[in-house]
Amino acid sequence: MTDLLDILLTAGLWSSTFRIATPLIFGTLGALLCERAGVLNLGIEGIMTFGAMIGWLTTYLTGDLWSGVLAAALAGAAFGLLHAVLTVTLGLSQHVAGLGITLFASSSSYYVFRLAVPVQGTPPTVEAFAPLALPGLSDLPWIGPALFTQTPLTYLALVLVLLTAWILARTPLGLAVRLTGENPHAAEAQGLDPVALRYGAIMAGSALMGVGGSFLTLAAFNSFFPTMVQGRGWICIALVVFSTWRPMRALLGAVLFALFDAYQLRLQAVFGKAVPYQLFLMLPYVLSILALVVMARRARVPQALMKPYRRGER
Amino acid sequence: MRLRRRTFLQGTAAATAAGLYAPAVLAQAKFKVAGIHASPVENAWNSRLHGAMQEAAAEGKIDYVFSEGVSGTDYGRAMRDYCEQGVDLVVGEAYAVESEAREIAGQYPDVGFLMGSSSGPAGENFGTFGTWNHEAAYLAGMLAAPMSQSGVFGAVGAIPIPEVNMLINGFRAGVTRVRPDAKHLIGFIGTFFDPPKAREAGLAQIDAGADILFGERIGTADAAKERGIKAIGSLIDYTPRYPETVFANAMWYFSPLLMAAVADKQAGTPTGRDYTPYCLMKEGGNDIEFAPDMVPEDAIGPMEEVRAAIKAGTFEVPVDMSEPT
Repeated sequence: MTDLLDILLTAGLWSSTFRIATPLIFGTLGALLCERAGVLNLGIEGIMTFGAMIGWLTTYLTGDLWSGVLAAALAGAAFGLLHAVLTVTLGLSQHVAGLGITLFASSSSYYVFRLAVPVQGTPPTVEAFAPLALPGLSDLPWIGPALFTQTPLTYLALVLVLLTAWILARTPLGLAVRLTGENPHAAEAQGLDPVALRYGAIMAGSALMGVGGSFLTLAAFNSFFPTMVQGRGWICIALVVFSTWRPMRALLGAVLFALFDAYQLRLQAVFGKAVPYQLFLMLPYVLSILALVVMARRARVPQALMKPYRRGER
Repeated sequence: MRLRRRTFLQGTAAATAAGLYAPAVLAQAKFKVAGIHASPVENAWNSRLHGAMQEAAAEGKIDYVFSEGVSGTDYGRAMRDYCEQGVDLVVGEAYAVESEAREIAGQYPDVGFLMGSSSGPAGENFGTFGTWNHEAAYLAGMLAAPMSQSGVFGAVGAIPIPEVNMLINGFRAGVTRVRPDAKHLIGFIGTFFDPPKAREAGLAQIDAGADILFGERIGTADAAKERGIKAIGSLIDYTPRYPETVFANAMWYFSPLLMAAVADKQAGTPTGRDYTPYCLMKEGGNDIEFAPDMVPEDAIGPMEEVRAAIKAGTFEVPVDMSEPT
């Protein structure tokens, strides 16, 4: 029993937690941004895959990691633009458009990858982001190795959470985005342009998804596999509900989920024989559902979520 | 020259006709094999099949065509397509389509099948194989045993299916032969294609004291590399990818299985049998590949003795398909 608690106190567990959480933080933040403006973006799984591919490919060709991250963001934004055309301008079903984008983006990332990289034994590698020890902070006992010896993308994710929270809650732009998600007609009456706001939010959110995908190939690993996103995008969609559409809680949710995942990997090593490993694999999902049940009661869904806005229509 | 619609149509029609006609002609000339891969051919397991067939094609023994990334819903269609084109042998994986694949094989009695499968052969023409490289893993375990300081050995696997289990158990048996007090850790990641997760599982085992990792999954060696410990690869040779880290690989070779099926088909012998025994070391189906300068010198001798005994058939590595714990 003490083993269980001992694991929780190791810096290794928390270091692993933030690594596992990073793509989820980007993805959840991106999905949250889209939904706050009133558009569900189920393209996330495919956009993350494409971000993982194009980020890796750009770095492979240029040798520069940040170019890869930028390419992932731009590609994400491009898919976001497509989603916006389909759901905002044309007012199509957001579910169908989003799933379509996931299929399209996943398949095209495989296609582009195959065109660019000839078939070989194992996929080629890039020199991935190395952990960056923050001077001063990384020497702190326990929290130093856990939180302040991460790759730059993890720090970027944490900064973006704060930035998004601040923009949404404290700036006129944030108010405008939220208003568009709650009542686009009222936004229009205020002289705002709901269509432009939704376009912007979807493109920015999708860019974040792309960057989240690129973390997998530029920091967590150093090669691209077409199937490597492995449902992380769908977890982000659930985490948005968990977060009740608030960035800080999205961070909490992503970290909590990642903690369970990191914990189960260690429990397997300790318990091995006593408990079937499948129970541990279920753990993060079961606990997330439980947390969802508790949190979702108080969820305040953006009122105009999934309602297309048509100017002048009542 | 502007491409006119009619010219374009004539061109594509001619190309299609040529494409449809050509296989039938070639099939008579040379033995034609179609590979249907459910994953991209970079995937370690598929790369073994793909590489062996490419090699056979380069040597002029077969003609090789392939499709990759074929999902379960498309798999049957791809099988039929190649059968209709008149290939002699279909090589692939039936794991996701066990009953459908057998049904299709029944409809094309003139085509031979050599399929990775969790189940046995069927009919006259549906041959199956398992992926056995447990003997090589056993030898890698013998090399690894004296290299550990902590006496704790980790292993990261995908899902505890019999083939994965026997591989990890083979490695453990090899370690235990040299070092009976060894402690073993196991981590299953619950999926076949998540290298970042395999890396996290490896790091978790290193945190728990392991200083040798057996990587059934790619990603495991990244954890070892990051923490400066040693690792073992499986199926393919990972040493070029992780030169300071991976000192031994439990290689698996598909050529003996492929050539056995090709020979059967050419001789008119039914291919509906189990080709798994061709995975054995004495058939050249698996073997250890290691970097001698990374291994303690006195560990190599005993390992080579066992290797020779396995090849001579005087020693048999135990096949243990129970879930490692």
